[in-house]
Amino acid sequence: MFARLPGWARQHLAALRILLVFTVVVGLAYPLAILAIAQLPGLHGRAEGSFVTDAAGHRVGSSLIGQDFTDASGNPVPGYFQSRPSAAGGGYDPTSTSASNLGPEDVADSFDDPATRGVDESRQSLLTQVCTRSHDIGAFDGADGRRPYCTASGVGAVLAVYHAGPGFTGRVTKVVSVNELCPTRPFLVTYAGVPVSCRTLADDITAGRQVLIRGDAPARPAVPADAVTASGSGLDPQISTAYADLQVARVARARGLAPARVQSLVKAHTSGRALGFLGEPAVNVLNLNRALDALTPARQ
Amino acid sequence: MSTNVAGALAVALLVAALVITYRPLGDHMYRVYTDRRHLRIERAIYRLTGVHPDSGQRWPVYARGVLAFSLVSVLLLYLLERVQSHLPLGLGFAGVAPPLAWNTAVSFMTNTNWQAYSGESTMGHLVQMAGLAVQNFLSAAVGISVAIAVVRGLTRRRALASAGDPGRSGDPGRPSRGGAAGRAGGAAGGGGPGSTGDELGNFWVDLTRTVIRILLPVCVLAAIVLIAGGAIQNLHGDRVVATLAGGHQTITGGPVASQEAIKEFGTNGGGFYNVNSAHPFENPTSWTNLFEIYLLLAIAFSLPRAFGRMAGDRRQGLAIVSVMAVLALGSFAIGAAFQAVHHGTVPTAVGAATEGTETRFGVPNSSLFASATTLTSTGAVNSFHDSYTSLGGATLLFNMMLGEVAPGGTGSGLYGMLVLAVVTVFVAGLMIGRTPEYLGKRIGSREIRFAALYFLITPILALLGTGIAMGLPGERAGMLNSGAHGLSEVLYAFTSAANNNGSAFAGIGVNTTWYNTALGLVMLFGRLLPMLFVLGMAGSFARQEPVPVTAGTLPTHRPQFAGMLAAVAVVLVALTFFPALALGPLAEGIHS
Repeated sequence: MFARLPGWARQHLAALRILLVFTVVVGLAYPLAILAIAQLPGLHGRAEGSFVTDAAGHRVGSSLIGQDFTDASGNPVPGYFQSRPSAAGGGYDPTSTSASNLGPEDVADSFDDPATRGVDESRQSLLTQVCTRSHDIGAFDGADGRRPYCTASGVGAVLAVYHAGPGFTGRVTKVVSVNELCPTRPFLVTYAGVPVSCRTLADDITAGRQVLIRGDAPARPAVPADAVTASGSGLDPQISTAYADLQVARVARARGLAPARVQSLVKAHTSGRALGFLGEPAVNVLNLNRALDALTPARQ
Repeated sequence: MSTNVAGALAVALLVAALVITYRPLGDHMYRVYTDRRHLRIERAIYRLTGVHPDSGQRWPVYARGVLAFSLVSVLLLYLLERVQSHLPLGLGFAGVAPPLAWNTAVSFMTNTNWQAYSGESTMGHLVQMAGLAVQNFLSAAVGISVAIAVVRGLTRRRALASAGDPGRSGDPGRPSRGGAAGRAGGAAGGGGPGSTGDELGNFWVDLTRTVIRILLPVCVLAAIVLIAGGAIQNLHGDRVVATLAGGHQTITGGPVASQEAIKEFGTNGGGFYNVNSAHPFENPTSWTNLFEIYLLLAIAFSLPRAFGRMAGDRRQGLAIVSVMAVLALGSFAIGAAFQAVHHGTVPTAVGAATEGTETRFGVPNSSLFASATTLTSTGAVNSFHDSYTSLGGATLLFNMMLGEVAPGGTGSGLYGMLVLAVVTVFVAGLMIGRTPEYLGKRIGSREIRFAALYFLITPILALLGTGIAMGLPGERAGMLNSGAHGLSEVLYAFTSAANNNGSAFAGIGVNTTWYNTALGLVMLFGRLLPMLFVLGMAGSFARQEPVPVTAGTLPTHRPQFAGMLAAVAVVLVALTFFPALALGPLAEGIHS
């Protein structure tokens, strides 16, 4: 019926027709068939989103999607196990999923310049984020929050060392603690015989040599790795068993429960590795906290 | 059990699964492309669309089919994105802006699935299902079709051809043009439908069979398995719940499982959600994680079996797959080791390379996914490469720079490796003074020119694009990270686009008119030009009468040849990309 068209037009017309046929076959029929199969008992609840409910039957979330267990002002609620840090929107926002995407050598913070009003140039480096979280969790859970390359106050221990030249050679003329804005007192008094100064907005830290101070923190910090790093999805529903164990005493105290009781709940909500060797053992935080709520109310 | 032992066992299980499927899946694909009969549903499709399934196509016709199909695919997807606010299941999202719609349309048509948008806040369910996921199927099918056409060109034995169907042009609805009577005849090895003379098969038939007989049945099963694991499949919009701590959370819905299956099996990689396979609704458990890795490797690792059988010598397929396996395992071992020892400032402070990884997967299974996704053209991620250790990230970049041949994308991996084999034979021929021939076909100046063009185009696109972006101050500002890591972000973006991978050092802000346009062009040229060159090479091989094997023939099924092939692959990449790598991830990785 298109015999009178030129060859190229006929070819594109055939291509379009094939495309439309496949749009119907794999674009509509296939997903709708899967949708129909997903209505089968056993599959239906999962296909809907693995929702979980409270005692009254209200949906309180999905067992696959993590939540923030913080109060209205953003502080962690002591009676709840806390999830990992999240880079999804304001935290655990499924409409804005994201990882931090910050690199392994992202160690220097940027600070807001009050001169440019309405524009906030401040950004915490990944190192400072890790140090701050470790510091805060250490304080919250009564553990040693120190980490390598972190100051005692919980920022990245980074110096900009300025030389007389040429390049990064010759006498050291000035040393700035990169992540401590004045008037903060620097974590180090002197470096290479030169007093360390706090950072001002006028300092061009890229002109100095970057020196990281390891400090005396243990190589295996008490606060576990997952507790101080954001997940890939920003929705990670789980924490490591180590981070759960760290939180047991605090949760037990806040709820007036025996630590052994809370510990046994943690164990009940720990999933091992699939087949014994896939992935990592992990604790589902929402389900654990729901189980706690079933025992005692969270806020006392 | 220690984390590393568990990680090693996961790899062992994956390898075992791939070894077990090599033969049945490869044999199935061989039968699909050499079968002379058509299924009833296929006949119906041919009738609906006016395709003459039994007519063969010479390489220019085959290539024009690929181009025409690519063009209408981009146009339809672009249109769907633009008008989505008027379509059902649009979730209230506005039409996608033109630069982003162009970028996304090209990205999905080219099997790249680079995503400058965030799925959960940009695309309605209908565009995801009937637009993006359709291209997931079809772009994968185009890749496999081209690979099969290339194999037909290499293995065509006209001397053995039996008399048969007089050649008809592959133009649908058009009577004979190309096939002169002298070229008539079927091909040996069951050269497939419409085998006459120097024809490469029929693009529309290859495409249809790939979808109907390979992709669709496996995806139906895979989607059900994923739902059983917890992946969602519904048509809901956002649902708001009151959380335990007294806040609110908006939980998204969508036809995720059906899209997830083809996203992996077709080595596409475009996530339903922004965070791709890290999202618990896409990849809920550690076993779905391994299952998804298996799916994205299965076709690419089994195609060499189909190749070997079409060549009438299974050892040829084994040689190719062993090179793929050695490169893949080597690269994975290096990348996983870098992640495990977590060199670098932040990883040392943390005590592990856990930034951007999910608890349920852990670091080893995240590294495994990352290697698999960059060694193929998938680009799905279950953890965020931008936050990998410098040298771990460099390994992923290197995987893509390898041209994605170990095992590569669906189809593109095999044809990439076959071009490399041609180059290797040529290099070996120069070294030992033998006439270069592969599978009995002489490699003359025309063939090697096509092979060289094939290999030059991707680095040109990747390096030129990176260079231009770094030269423009506004585009430099798109980097999230500064210094060497910022360069890595840009280099990764263009390498990923040129190789049709689609993964990213995702900190970079690429939803700008410049990046959307430039990366769109890079993806388009990075997909179609190599396809044209490789089809051209296949066309000129198809015209040749194979020469008999003599004492002077370099055997291409022995370990010696496999070793040379692997070396050529690595050396070509190292020579091309080392300077760029040295300025980016290597500079970052060795400074501390």
